[in-house]
Amino acid sequence: MRVNLVVNGVTCAADCAWEGESLLYLLRERLALPGSKNACEQGECGSCTVYLDGELVCACLVAAGQAEGREVVTVEGLTPTDQPLNVVQQAFIEAGAVQCGFCTPGFVVAADDLLRRTPNPSDIEIREALAGNLCRCTGYEKVLDAVRIAAARAVGRP
Amino acid sequence: MSPNATPTRAAQELTTRVDGGVGQTARRPDATLKVKGEFAFSSDLWAEGMLWGATLRSPYPRARIIDIDVSRAVAMPGVFAVLTHDDVPGAKCFGLEVADQPVLAIDQVRYQGEAVAIIAADDPETARRAADNVVVRYECQDPIVDAVAALADDSDAVHPAGNVVRHQRVRSGDGEQATAPVVVRGEYEIGMQDQAFLGTESGLAVPADDGGVDFYVATQNVHDDRRQVAACLGLGEDMVRMTIVGVGGAFGAREDISMEVHAGLLALRTGRPVKFVYSREESFFGHVHRHPARMAYEHGATPDGKLVYVKARIVLDGGAYASTTAGVVGNAAAFATGPYRVPHVAVDAWGVYTNNPPCGAMRGFGAVQPCFAYESQMDRLAAELGLDPVEIRVRNAVSEGDVLPTTHQLIDSPAPASELLRRVRDLPLPPVTDGPRNPIELPGGAGNTTRGEGVVRGVGYGIGIKNVGYGEGVDDYSTARVRLEVIGGEPTVLVHTAAAEMGQGIVTIQQQTARTELGVEKVTIHPADTSVGSAGSSSASRQTYVTGGAVKAACEQIREALFRRLPDAVRGAGRLRLEGGKLFTPDDEAIADLRDVIGDEPIERTVEWRHRPTEEPDANTGRGNAHVQWGLCAHRAVVDVDVELGLVKVVELAAAEDVGRIMNPQGVEGQIEGGSAQGLGLALLEEIQVTDGRVQNASFTDYLIPTILDMPPMRLDVLEMADPHAPYGLRGVGEPATISSTPAVVAAVRAATGVPLKRVPIRPEHITGQEVRTAGNPRDA
Repeated sequence: MRVNLVVNGVTCAADCAWEGESLLYLLRERLALPGSKNACEQGECGSCTVYLDGELVCACLVAAGQAEGREVVTVEGLTPTDQPLNVVQQAFIEAGAVQCGFCTPGFVVAADDLLRRTPNPSDIEIREALAGNLCRCTGYEKVLDAVRIAAARAVGRP
Repeated sequence: MSPNATPTRAAQELTTRVDGGVGQTARRPDATLKVKGEFAFSSDLWAEGMLWGATLRSPYPRARIIDIDVSRAVAMPGVFAVLTHDDVPGAKCFGLEVADQPVLAIDQVRYQGEAVAIIAADDPETARRAADNVVVRYECQDPIVDAVAALADDSDAVHPAGNVVRHQRVRSGDGEQATAPVVVRGEYEIGMQDQAFLGTESGLAVPADDGGVDFYVATQNVHDDRRQVAACLGLGEDMVRMTIVGVGGAFGAREDISMEVHAGLLALRTGRPVKFVYSREESFFGHVHRHPARMAYEHGATPDGKLVYVKARIVLDGGAYASTTAGVVGNAAAFATGPYRVPHVAVDAWGVYTNNPPCGAMRGFGAVQPCFAYESQMDRLAAELGLDPVEIRVRNAVSEGDVLPTTHQLIDSPAPASELLRRVRDLPLPPVTDGPRNPIELPGGAGNTTRGEGVVRGVGYGIGIKNVGYGEGVDDYSTARVRLEVIGGEPTVLVHTAAAEMGQGIVTIQQQTARTELGVEKVTIHPADTSVGSAGSSSASRQTYVTGGAVKAACEQIREALFRRLPDAVRGAGRLRLEGGKLFTPDDEAIADLRDVIGDEPIERTVEWRHRPTEEPDANTGRGNAHVQWGLCAHRAVVDVDVELGLVKVVELAAAEDVGRIMNPQGVEGQIEGGSAQGLGLALLEEIQVTDGRVQNASFTDYLIPTILDMPPMRLDVLEMADPHAPYGLRGVGEPATISSTPAVVAAVRAATGVPLKRVPIRPEHITGQEVRTAGNPRDA
C-alpha cells in the first residue's frame, strides 16, 4: 500500500510493508524521521506525539493508511532549518527539562500545542495538558519550569 | 528534510558549545540535539543491508524443553536465520556476577520470558511472525515462586547448587541476644518495581571484515558488556568493539546485557548488520527488576527513644538468574539499620533463586528495601513512645565520626542526618485550602471522585543512606583520555571516556571539569566506547566521582606538562592559573595565551583513576570497610487521602540532601526530583504483578509510572558539606533521593489514615480495609 502525505511541509510517499503499520513506523523507518519515539505502542507515554492536521495524536495509534492525504508535523518540523529554536525547545534546554531525552520530542510537541491553545496556562492546565506524556528522569519539575518559561516568552507570538 | 531517504545515524560527538565550569548550571551538550529530535538513540540506528532481530521467549516460568522445531520459520520468505542454543559458539551462559543465564535456553526455561530462539529477517514484522512459527514443545513444571519457602532445606531447587545466591549475616554487640525495655515488631513487603526507562532495549551489531563485530548499543557499562558478549561469541575482546549510542534512561536495568549477544550471533551468522528494538512488552521481560522483599524487623529501644538493638531478616527474591543479586544482598545487609546508631545488631539478608522474573540492579540497589522497613519501624517506635517522628530519628541519627552499626566502618566524611531531618521538618508546609477545590488537585484527580469530602491530610518523614561507588573490595576505577590542542586558532579539549551517559549528565560534568581545570571554552566529548579503558558502570551514584575524578586527574597532568613548557622564571612565580584561554600568575597577571603555549604540539594524557580501596565484609559479622562514601537524603511528604476510596494525592514532597559539592545546580536538582518520583512510584503505583511466576501487567497501560499529575511540587534544600576524600569534595547524588521518598509517602498516608500499612505499593484496599481480590494480585498484604 502506498501512502501519500505531507510531512513537515514536504510532500512524501511511502510504501508500507504490512497491514497495521503505524504512522510512527512510517515516519521513523520509511521517511527517515526518527525524532518521534516509540516507547509503549499503546498511546500511554506520548513519546510519539505529532500533529496530524493540526491535532495532537500519538503516531503509534494512527495506522499509516489513515494519514493518506493528510498533513503531519513532527518534532523535526517545529523549527524550520536554520531558524532559531522554537521557544518551547529553547525553554526545555534552559530549564534542564532534558535528561535522557527520550520523552523530549513528545513533550516538546505537546507543550507547543498547549501554548498555541492556551498562551498563558496555569500550573494545573500545564499538568493536565502534559498528563499523557511520561518522563522517567526528571520528576517533571523542570518540565513545568520549561513550559512556564516558554509561555512567558511566547506572549505575542503569532 | 529529504523524503524517502534512508536514515543513517551513529554515535555523535558532542560539540555543541555550552558554557560553565564546575559549580555552574552548564547546559547539556546533547540538549539541542534532543529537543530537535536529532539525537541518535540506540533504536534510531540504521545500516545498509540491515536485518531486524526478534526473540522467541518462553511463555512458562518453569518447563523442560522437549524439542525445538525451527524448520517452518527458516522457510519463510525474508527470514535469514533462526538460532537456538546449539548455535552459540562460545560460553553458553552469561551474567554480571555469576555466568548462570543461558544466552538461549538449554533444555529448560526458568522464568517466563526466557529467550529460547532468535530470528533475523527483512523487517520487524516478518521477524515477529517467524518467531511465532518456531515450534517449541515444553513440559511444564511447578514453578518455585515463594522466596521464603525456597530457602527451606527441602525446597525444590531452581539451580542444582540450591536456591541461596547469597546469605549475608551482620552481628554486633549482643546480636540476637540483645533485649530492651521497649520493643516494636513489624513485617514489611515490597513489590517488584521496574526501572521503566522510556527507550527500550535496542541496538545494532555490524559484522566486520576481520571476523569481529562492531556494536552500537545502549548500556550502563560498555566494558562489562564486551567481556560477556566476547565470551559468548567465542571471540577475543579485541574483536568485539562497542560504542554507546543514545541511552533512553537506564536506572540499573542496563547493567546486564539484553539483546547484545543475540544481535552479534545473528550478525555473524548472516554477515549482515542486525538491529533489535524491543517492544515495551518485551522490555518488561528483557531486563532485570528491583528485588521484591519480605522483611521481618524488631527494634528495641530505651524509654527515652534510644535504639538498643535491631534484629532483621530480609529475603530478596532474585528470580531465575543471579544478575547482581549478591551485591544487592550486601547492600541490604549493610544498610539494614539505616543512618542510626545501634549498639546491637543481628541481621540476616538472603538473595534467593526462584522462577520469578530475574531481579538485579535498580536505582538504590538493595538500600531501598530495608529503608522502607526501618523507617516504618522508627515511626512505630515514635508512636509507641509518644515521640515526634523527627525527634526519634534525630535522637538516634549518625553523624561524622560514628561507625556504621552494621559494617563497623568509621564514617569519615560529613553525614548530617539530623540536620537533613530538621531542615525538611522546618520548611513551610503547603497551605490547606478552604472551600471548593479543583478535583484535579484532590485524590482521584480527573476521575472527579471527591470535592473534598472524606479527604484527610497527613505528613510523614523518611531518611535513607546508601554507599556511593562500588564497595566490598571491587576495584573501582575509571579511565579518561584528555587531549588539549589548538583547532581553528582556539584551544580545544577532547575528552574521551567510556562513561555511559543515560540522561544523568556525565557528559556535562566532563565538560565542566575540563573547562575549570584547563581554562578553555571549547570541550568536545568523544563517543563512549571500548577504544578507551573502562569507566566502570554508570551506577552506584559513582560516575561523577570516578570518571569526573579521572578527567580531573588527566587535566591536572596536562596542566603540569603545559607549565613545564614555560620559562623557569615564569614557573617560579608561584601557582599559575588557566582561565579564558590565558595563563595567569597568582597576581592575576595574564602572562601568555594558552594557544601559544600549546602551539602545534598537542598534549594528551590517559589516566586510570581509582578511589581508596574498600574491603569485602566478613560473611558472618558483616564487618569491614566496605564503602568509600555514603549519600544521605531526607524527605517530608504531605498527602491528601480519600479515606473512603483509598486514593492518595501527594500534595508536596520536600527533600534535603547533602551533596558535598554542587557540581551543577540544575543537574543535582534533576537527580533529586527524578529520584524522588521513582520513590513515590514505588510507594503508590509501581509493581510488576507476578502470579505463579507469570507477569500480569507488561505494559504502560497496566504498569503505572508517575505522570505529571501524580508528581507534586517539590521543595529542595541542598547542602554542600565537602567530603575531603572526593574530587572537589563531591558526593554522588544519583540514588539517595529514590530511597527515602518511599517511606516518607507511606508515613504520610499512615498519618492521615491511622492504617499500619506494611506493603508497597499501597493499594486502595489497604487503606479502606476492604480487600479486593483480582487475578492479578493474590499476594495482597
